[in-house]
Order: sequence, then structure tokens, then C-alpha cells
Amino acid sequence: MPKVKLPFNPLLALMAGLAALFFIFPLIGLIAGAPWGHIGTVITSQTAVQALELSIVASLASTAIALAFGFPLAWVLARKKFHGKGVLRGLTTLPMVLPPVVGGIALLLAYGRRGFIGRPLESATGITLPFTLAGVVVAESFVAMPFFVITVESGLRSMNRRLEDAARSLGAPRRTVFLRVTLPLIWPSLAAGTVLTWARALGEFGATITFAGNLPGVTQTMPLAIYISQSSNMTDEAIALSLILVVVSLVVMVFRRDRPGEG
Amino acid sequence: MRKIWAGAGAGLLVAALAACSSTTTSSAAAAPGTSQPAKLSGTLVVFAATSLTDAFNKIGSQFEQANPGVSVKFNYNGSSSLATQITQGAPADVFASASPTNMKTVTAQSLASTTPKDFASNQGEIMTEAGNPDHINSVADLASSSLKVVTCAPEVPCGALATAIFKNAGVTVKPVSQEQNVGGVVTKVTLGEADAGIVYVTDVKANSGKTTGVVIPAGQNQITDYPIAEIKGAPNAAAASAFMSYVLGSDGQQVLKSFGFMPPPA
Repeated sequence: MPKVKLPFNPLLALMAGLAALFFIFPLIGLIAGAPWGHIGTVITSQTAVQALELSIVASLASTAIALAFGFPLAWVLARKKFHGKGVLRGLTTLPMVLPPVVGGIALLLAYGRRGFIGRPLESATGITLPFTLAGVVVAESFVAMPFFVITVESGLRSMNRRLEDAARSLGAPRRTVFLRVTLPLIWPSLAAGTVLTWARALGEFGATITFAGNLPGVTQTMPLAIYISQSSNMTDEAIALSLILVVVSLVVMVFRRDRPGEG
Repeated sequence: MRKIWAGAGAGLLVAALAACSSTTTSSAAAAPGTSQPAKLSGTLVVFAATSLTDAFNKIGSQFEQANPGVSVKFNYNGSSSLATQITQGAPADVFASASPTNMKTVTAQSLASTTPKDFASNQGEIMTEAGNPDHINSVADLASSSLKVVTCAPEVPCGALATAIFKNAGVTVKPVSQEQNVGGVVTKVTLGEADAGIVYVTDVKANSGKTTGVVIPAGQNQITDYPIAEIKGAPNAAAASAFMSYVLGSDGQQVLKSFGFMPPPA
């Protein structure tokens, strides 16, 4: 398409402006409503610090899991030809559109203590996932990993595969082709997928509280702490904690937009 | 052409948003507009504690039958969540709390237009998996570290109840999770994730096939009263007071009794 400077369209500008304000106003609300007078005590409270620590640890762990297991899945979906691939893709990315609380219930029925995986797991190893940090990581991975899979898969699909063929025909071993050609080409979608996955894991609420429960210092991540405080008439705490999460997420999302050529 | 579509889109969006925000007010506005003041109509929004779910669903459908013009909508949640929603301006007509504490959150901000009236009371019971496989016989048994015990968060009435019961029994119980409402506790026990939970007598009764109750002796138990009040600026005030009379009247009390609630304190 030729690049033509389009004339200024006031309606377009108005609608885009309204859309932007729609997102900006709630942020202003949070900032204006924050308990600035004693925000320091609120965000350094034990609840806040524990919750932030748990959130960061769990979201990083889920991101690592997404990289380790999601990448092979994305690869298979992008590169392999087999029957039922569409169904597989649908099933593995379903959590993106599923209400997270549904995910939490499903996780309980599979990996819970009476679940068909969780029961043999407990009798074999004594490990139970609900009410543990591992359970938080499972819940976050379930909800967040699909974002990684789908982003990386689209990166793998849209890259120019002839560059890989060229490298291979020049005698490069598969490992070298992967590390020197494929990875650099899909880097932007890899980065975008990682960031999206991490951000989604950081904000996970429904599956976590359903599957892992809510206990300060053990499974209570930031979103859970925020929910509990807002529903216990501790609005100041809820707003202050929300602001922390907003700042962290905003930094990540702005950083993500600046990645060139994202998928 | 493009402008027409954009214009149409904008119009639709505004119309949709307006429709969403006006449903309660328009239906409520119908109430005073009817010719006979005794005839109720519109939507009645009742915020009720999770523990009331089954009883209030029944009362709600009976009330609708008695008042064919009214459609009762329930918002069930932990009483503390509901109180917060009301203080932040949620358009509720009636608030039925599982504890006077959360009702106070609402009355403290002068958000109730009637003095709260107790309409039922309830007390705690230990809920275990069906058949009580861990042979839990007392509150003291819950202190065992091999048991996974779930309670409500201390901010929620059922959490305050659990705290009081543990204190009365003189035991330290470390729950594996503090749920946001009593439904969360029931779910964790019925799914077998938790070995036991502190719930209301009414919850054990409602889940009698799936769970087993262990009665807590009166000396350790705590009775909690359920107050109900009309919310200030209730969109459907006429139906709100009719509903409260129904709950406090013999029909409502009959239903509450059938679900295991005790009568309110005299």
C-alpha cells in the first residue's frame, strides 16, 4: 500500500481520544484516590511485602515454565503437520478466553487432592498442590502460558523460513541454524510473549484463589491481597497495593511497546 | 460512507452503555408510577451473605409468586464484600448481612434507611468430608498439623466465627487457606481439598449428602445474628420494605427454619 498522508478526520480523532481516555481515567482515579499521606506505611506493611514477593517469585517461575514447555508446544504447533492440530491449539490456548475461576475449578478437579492426577500424585509422592506456592505457579502457568505459546507460534509462522534453508544448505548444523538464524528472527515475538506471559501471571487472580486458596505469606499474591483488602473495607490498602501493581505492569507494557517489530 | 459507519458505531456504543446503566433505575421508576401503591413492580436488588443463598433463593421465588410484578435479583457474597460494595455506591435495595459488624459498616455511613432488624441467627459447625474419614470429633482435633483446615478470612463473618470458636475452645488452628466467603470453604471441603472447615450449621445441612458435620458444643460455639436493612436511596424502596416484611414474617421465617437457621434473638 502506498504511504499517503490521510486528511485529518475529526471523528476518528474523537473516537480514538475517547478510547484512550476510557483507559486513562481509571488510572487517574487510582492515583487521585491513593492514601498519599500514609502510603509508605501501607506499602511496607507485612501483607504488602509478602504479597509482592510471592507475586514476583510465582510469576517469574510461571514464566520460566512457559519458556521451557511453551516453546516446544509453540514449535510443534507452528512447524509440524498432523491431524487435530487445530483442536490441540484450541485446547492449549483455551485458558486465554476461559474465565480464570473456571480454570481454577478445572485445575482442582485434575491436580487437586481428589483430582485424577492429583490423587495418584499424592499417593506416590505425598505432594499436594492446592494451598502451596507450587499451586500458585500451576494456576498462573495455566492462565498465562497460552499467551506465550500463541505469540511465539505466530512469530515462528511469520518468519522467513528460507533463511533457515539457506543456512542449512550452506552446511550449518541444526543447532547452529536454530541459535544463529531462527532465534534472532523470532526474538521480538519471544520477548513479547515472555513479557505478556509474565504480566498475565503477575495479575492472575481467579484461578489462583480457587486452586491455591488464600493465605498471607503462602499463597496470597498481590491481586489476592488487593481483593481481600478492598472487600474488607480497607480501601486505602487496596488502592496502594493496586498502584504498585499498576506501576510494575505499566513499566513492562511500555517496555514491550518499544520492542521493534513485535509479532 | 466510512463516517456513516463510524457515526453509527458511536451511536450504538452510547446507546448500549446508556442501556446498561439505566436498567435498574428504569425498572425501579416503574414502582411509584403504578396506579395502585400496594402493587409492587420492577426489579428488587438484594445483597445477601453467601450463607443465605439457598434460603433466600427460595424466599425470593416465593416473594415473586406473591408479587408477580417484582423480579428479585440477588447478589451473594461475603458480607464484608457486600458492605464495601454498598459503601461504594452499589445500587442495592436491601442488605442482609451475616453479622452485625458488616451491617455497621453500612449504618456508620448512614447508608441504611431503616434500623437493621435481626431476622435469623446461625452458629458454627465443623464440616468434614462425607463420612468424616479423619475421625474429627472436636474443635481441638482441628489443631492437628496433619489436617488441612480451611476457614473464612478473619474479615468475613464466617472467619470471625471460626476465630471465636478456636478461642473459646482454647486451641490454635493454622488454616491452609482463608476463603473470602463461606462458599469457598464449602467448595474446598466438598472437593476434598480440605479435610475440614468451619462453616455454619446451615451449610452442613445444605450439603448433608456430600459432607458430614461435627457439632460444636454450645460452650465453644458462637451464635451470630443476621440483620437486614433497606439501603438509603434504594431504587425500589417499596419492594424493599415488602421484601423485608416477608423475610421477617411467618413465610420467610418458615423458609429460614427449613434451611436450618435459628430464629432471631427475641
